[in-house]
Amino acid sequence: MKTPENVVLHVADVHKNFGGLHALADIDLQVEEGKTHAIIGPNGAGKSTLLNVVIGRLAPTSGAVVFDGQVLTGKKPHEINQLGVSRVFQTPEIFTDLSVLQNVMTPAFAKRDGAFKVNIFRPLDDEKAVREEAEATLEDVGLIDRRAVGAGSLSRGDKRRLELAMCLIQKPRLLLLDEPTAGMSRHDTNTTIELLKKIKSRGMTKVIIEHDMHVVFSLADKISVLAGGRIIAEGLPADVRGNPRVQEAYLGGAH
Amino acid sequence: MDIFRLPRKDVITLALFSIVVLTMPIWLAPLGAAYPGLMQQFAIFAIFAVGFNILFGLTGYLSFGHAAFLGVGSYTAVWSFKLLTMDAIPALIFAIIMSGVFALAIGFVSLRRSGIYFSILTLAFAQMSYNLAYSVLTPITNGETALQLTSQDPRIIDMMFRDRLAGLPSPSLLGTSLGGYGGFYLCAAILLVVFFIAQKIFTSPFGMQLRAIKSNQTRMSYTGFNTRPYTLAAFVISGMYAGLAGGLLAVTDPLAGAERMQWTASGEVVLMTILGGVGTLLGPVIGAWLIKYMENIFSAFNARILADLFSWLPDGVQDGVVLVSSKFVGEGWKLTEGLVFVLVVVFLPGGIMEGTRRIKSLFGARRANRSASKEQLSTTAAE
Amino acid sequence: MDAILAQLLNGLDKGAAYALIALGLTLVFGTLGVVNFAHGALFMLGAFCAVAFRQFITTETVTIDETQLSPWGTPLEVRTPMAEQWFGDWAPFLIDYSVPISIVLAIPFMLLVGIAMERGLIKHFYKRSHAEQILVTFGLAIVLQELVKTFFGPNPWPQPIPSDFRGAADVGAWFGMQAGAVTYPLWRLVYLLFAGVILGAVFAFLRFTTFGMVVRAGMADRETVGLLGINIDRRFTIMFGIAAVVAGLAGVMYTPLLPPNYNLGMDFLVLSFVVVVVGGMGSLPGAVAAGFLLGILQSFASMTQIKALIPGIDQIIIYFVAVVILLVRPRGLLGRRGVMEG
Repeated sequence: MKTPENVVLHVADVHKNFGGLHALADIDLQVEEGKTHAIIGPNGAGKSTLLNVVIGRLAPTSGAVVFDGQVLTGKKPHEINQLGVSRVFQTPEIFTDLSVLQNVMTPAFAKRDGAFKVNIFRPLDDEKAVREEAEATLEDVGLIDRRAVGAGSLSRGDKRRLELAMCLIQKPRLLLLDEPTAGMSRHDTNTTIELLKKIKSRGMTKVIIEHDMHVVFSLADKISVLAGGRIIAEGLPADVRGNPRVQEAYLGGAH
Repeated sequence: MDIFRLPRKDVITLALFSIVVLTMPIWLAPLGAAYPGLMQQFAIFAIFAVGFNILFGLTGYLSFGHAAFLGVGSYTAVWSFKLLTMDAIPALIFAIIMSGVFALAIGFVSLRRSGIYFSILTLAFAQMSYNLAYSVLTPITNGETALQLTSQDPRIIDMMFRDRLAGLPSPSLLGTSLGGYGGFYLCAAILLVVFFIAQKIFTSPFGMQLRAIKSNQTRMSYTGFNTRPYTLAAFVISGMYAGLAGGLLAVTDPLAGAERMQWTASGEVVLMTILGGVGTLLGPVIGAWLIKYMENIFSAFNARILADLFSWLPDGVQDGVVLVSSKFVGEGWKLTEGLVFVLVVVFLPGGIMEGTRRIKSLFGARRANRSASKEQLSTTAAE
Repeated sequence: MDAILAQLLNGLDKGAAYALIALGLTLVFGTLGVVNFAHGALFMLGAFCAVAFRQFITTETVTIDETQLSPWGTPLEVRTPMAEQWFGDWAPFLIDYSVPISIVLAIPFMLLVGIAMERGLIKHFYKRSHAEQILVTFGLAIVLQELVKTFFGPNPWPQPIPSDFRGAADVGAWFGMQAGAVTYPLWRLVYLLFAGVILGAVFAFLRFTTFGMVVRAGMADRETVGLLGINIDRRFTIMFGIAAVVAGLAGVMYTPLLPPNYNLGMDFLVLSFVVVVVGGMGSLPGAVAAGFLLGILQSFASMTQIKALIPGIDQIIIYFVAVVILLVRPRGLLGRRGVMEG
């Protein structure tokens, strides 16, 4: 399989069957460097399955996922992260027992020290560089005032922003966002969209999985529409919006 | 030097802790516990509990098999006495190494699973060690009679320097005998060193990463950490602490029996840790001291002491009270221990450290109310 | 062939005890989601029901009969067992059959203990972590065993087999072998049948009654059943009581095979956990199958030929199997995926 040069992530001809069920069929996605690529689709379209295949949690029945020339299939989550892929979960996965600041410092150590290092000689308090970087990142997402509180006590919207900060501090080459506004209030949704717009200009490649079409129209450079395990449309936001097949998939008939 | 650096707060803790430990013979005297044998136990079990807490407190992995490492440490130390020399230093070094090797092997296998499965795996390994120590490994462990020194032991290194004396030799440190207070100060000094190491771990990025594993292992792997070697490192470190404690038990009393490896012994260190406060530095030490102190006091009680104690009660009532309370002391100490265990888990899962924190914040809240306009204290969460 | 059959039979009664304890352990875990480290102590309590009952009926009252003289010329002391005063002619039978009869005492007692335990303590731990559940039940196990120790002391209490069941059954003859080739103590056979009846009863109860159906549904999906407006908690309390009774009865009937002391529960608990793990957490048939399997395996491992081959194997075989199963097949033989992981 040939991958064009400016493509960072290539989901190449992926099929995934569960028993007799075709969860994904003929999926071919090319995510270009520095672009925000949204994958949308109604519930049950196979979005989560696709994401799990991309991050190596599920093995595809056939096909492969290639990131930056490396096959991701079969790699462990930490290996994939060390290659430069960070992930935001649908339900924020944070360290609820640590402080907000420590939550953001931890990924910075993974970036600096690698997957494992018994780092007991220098106290945490003396890690000034990491600390400053973490504080700057918190400033970015608007959580700097809450740096000392336990992360478990944050609101859902703040937890999402914290998780985003934890990904951002690693300066990943590819950021995967799984329904970043799922279950959020209108207000939280809007602040999250604003935040994502703000970091858009940083040249980081992003893949956003989203159920809500409206969230991604203002963010995405390119949209792929997934329905029934297949990509039924792909293109610029404006093109996709007008596509009758997409409207049909969303307004019923997909199931 | 980074190696010796600690945050200010921890330096003060360490200084105060050193004073408390080294002055034990003074402040324990009014409590009737200032004799070396008991104080050695205080130091040794504090080491055991501090080490256990590095695993359980930081990573959340509940091991029910740590007594096995204690036992391995004891056996190794006694063998070092028998084969090489009566000096404590090689005995302790070998004890740490051997228990580390055991912990590496057992941890490597057990840590492939988490939660209850991990607990059962460690329990299974501990029971295997215990059963083997009692049966086929009798040539090494001397089975039920326990491994002891004999006057025929080779003691190769000692024999190079002096002739065999009549009677059994006793452990020494660089030629100084370790009887009485000598033994206690050796244990106390080692306790301070390993407490410092625990502080280093707790305040380091490594410690934070272990806590992060306890908090959310999924996030940890998606953050780029390989969690297995982290938990294994914590397991081996805590196993070595246990081995050191076992070695010290042998130094203070050169005898090693398999009952030291029984799962009730593993349960006791769990109790010490949660009684004091899981995940805190001082908690396990306090827990170990309290348990050992109560064990010593309670098991010495008998019906006569109780009768004296309750002599102010009317006769009939006194007999009843003595009868009931006698079930909880002396031989019945374990019953009290079990009750304490249940009560702590039910009412104070954070242990004594959590209790004192609550009391403090109760007073703190009152003060804060008085000066509500003043700036809010920034409490560092999770520290 | 004879030797294999003999070992098979030897393993069965131990396996039956494992199966009974593991069944309760799994039941409690499946219904309440609680890891009960005090379950072995319930087995031990049951065993001591038999001890207590026997102690009670054989307690003697001493009266001095002035009219008769003993061989030493002092007034004769007449010792009458408590049972004789109360039950008259039935007394010898009662004393002979004290073990099976104490079941009558054990059932209500164990039910009470079980329900009290669940309502008084375990109930408060449903929402807390597994580690805390393990800790509190572990503490409870210590309390129970030490309580028994204060009343019964540290030494084992041998219990007699009823005289009618003392001999051995010539099992070999049943299978057409020559007489006396394979014999099997009668009481072990009784235990085996007894275990079969209890297991059958529990399974039938779960399968054929509405109560059992709801409980099974609750084991599969507690939330949905709760949403149906069924008070699942009360049923679960009763299940805890039943699990306690099963463990208790297993203990009562085991006393003639192994004199109980206060420690008994701990030994059996560790083994039963291993059984549960091997069978698969939350699987009732798995627990029973694994119980018998491990009992038989243990019995084979204690054959002298095998011990000569691998010294010490009898001491560790069960734990070894547990470790291998956990690593190779963490769900156990029949367990569901993902139960209790993480």
